[in-house]
Amino acid sequence: MRFMMLMIPKGYEKAEPGAVPTAEAVAAMMKYNEQLQKAGVLLALDGLHPPSMGARVTFAGGKAKVTDGPFTEAKEVVGGYWMIQVKSREEAIEWATRCPGNDCTIEVRQVQEMSDFPADVQEAAAGFSEMQSGKRNPA
Amino acid sequence: MRAADTHRTIDAVWRIESPRLIAGLMRMVRDVGVAEDLAQDALVAALEQWPQSGIPDNPGAWLMATAKHRAIDRFRRNTRLERKLDEFGRELASKEMAVPDLVSALDDEVGDDLLRLVFISCHPVLSREAQVALTLRLLGGLSTGEIARAFLVPETTIAQRIVRAKRTLSEARVAFEVPRGSELAERLSPVLEVIYLVFNEGYSATSGDDWLRPALCEDALRLGRILAECAPEQAEVHGLVALMEIQASRSRARVGPGGEPILLLDQNRAQWDQLLIRRGLAALERVERLGTVPGPYAIQAAIAACHARALTPDDTDWPRIATLYAALAHVTPSPIVELNRAVAVGMAFGPQAGLALVDELTSDPSLKNYHLLPSVRGDFLAKLDRWDEARAEFEAAAALTRNARERILLLERARAASPPST
Repeated sequence: MRFMMLMIPKGYEKAEPGAVPTAEAVAAMMKYNEQLQKAGVLLALDGLHPPSMGARVTFAGGKAKVTDGPFTEAKEVVGGYWMIQVKSREEAIEWATRCPGNDCTIEVRQVQEMSDFPADVQEAAAGFSEMQSGKRNPA
Repeated sequence: MRAADTHRTIDAVWRIESPRLIAGLMRMVRDVGVAEDLAQDALVAALEQWPQSGIPDNPGAWLMATAKHRAIDRFRRNTRLERKLDEFGRELASKEMAVPDLVSALDDEVGDDLLRLVFISCHPVLSREAQVALTLRLLGGLSTGEIARAFLVPETTIAQRIVRAKRTLSEARVAFEVPRGSELAERLSPVLEVIYLVFNEGYSATSGDDWLRPALCEDALRLGRILAECAPEQAEVHGLVALMEIQASRSRARVGPGGEPILLLDQNRAQWDQLLIRRGLAALERVERLGTVPGPYAIQAAIAACHARALTPDDTDWPRIATLYAALAHVTPSPIVELNRAVAVGMAFGPQAGLALVDELTSDPSLKNYHLLPSVRGDFLAKLDRWDEARAEFEAAAALTRNARERILLLERARAASPPST
């Protein structure tokens, strides 16, 4: 089973463009990442620039509207993620509890895999993996 | 937290912590059976106490400290293990009895502990089946029942296999030192074979099988990745990991809606898992950076990477694959490798070139009943418009294969082996 651990750092919604964590925070996180790596469960990880450098696209009445960050009404924003391969929800949660976080929340979410869905949904989504991999019609 | 939730959490903690726990105890007591027993004692204590007290902040440290306490109690009662108490006492005297900060323990030590456990579990004195069972149990954290279900044998079979394996190791008085230098590379060979065997067992699982079977691929990948961290200077470990990541990337594309297998060249490449391909290519890069002569796993991974990089079958770098099979033939010569090389040469340089290589294999006794030989030969002959000969080969292949679906496909090819209608 794959899970995402979404890092929600407190206050990141207000972070200035170019904001970076402290050297100590980075070192502590590197040690944690190494633990995930050494346990053979880490699949991928990334940090995200703050919302002040991002944008939101909203759809009211089917029309797309672009708003540049920061987003004053946002109370929590994603700062980064890990994707891990584990055998249970509990194992994912246990790993999340080991993260050296201060003033942050980690949300643990299972990654959807096609086999999770009933047959008719799988059929409807038949083109999904093509979208994922950026490929159009295969040969 | 409800009791059932705590149990599942304890299971998860066990899966995370048990390999290092057993490995650390094994370093101290020099006996894998005793080490596992002590670890189990600690687990029992956790199951008794954590539902009330909650999961401790550092569960690994709690388990280790508990195991050590239990060890002292046990050894006092058991004179056979008194010798081990001496070693243990020395170990304890030099380490803190209070919750040790295992997280900051020298990574080298933990890595070495795990390597030690890996090499013991895959010791040459054990049969392959015993190596697989012991490795999945001690390093994979699978229960006896889970291993049994995954390999479609009764639980008692696995239980006995593990008991006998521990006895064999004890009686053979195997050395517990981590092998170094050339001995390490040598001892690594069965380890890689065990991991790849587990992977292939999972890869061969069909839908409708117990979910634990295809999960074996994940178990093998996890073990391989762990090993790559413990022995990062060993290129073949990264080679094996690369091979498994890339093969696993094709899981979704390999099976059709009716459960029928789909050959690589016919697979919908949009269903290949790009995350795993990326990881496989990264592992292959580590092999290249180490700069040693590529071993068989690294070469097979490089071949798999050629396919993984091709957006469509037509984009496949067949000349490179042909070269890689030639390299593989040097390292692990076999008629099957030669046959695969012939296929690649045929794709790269035309059916005549491929046929020339296959013709050298037709008298090889070990391929006498191998259906893929006439199948490949038939394919080349058809491409050269030698229809009657092609038909005969496909029919021969159909007669040799034991797989019903494959037989149907080959007989269809035989029927189709005729000049195209104008």
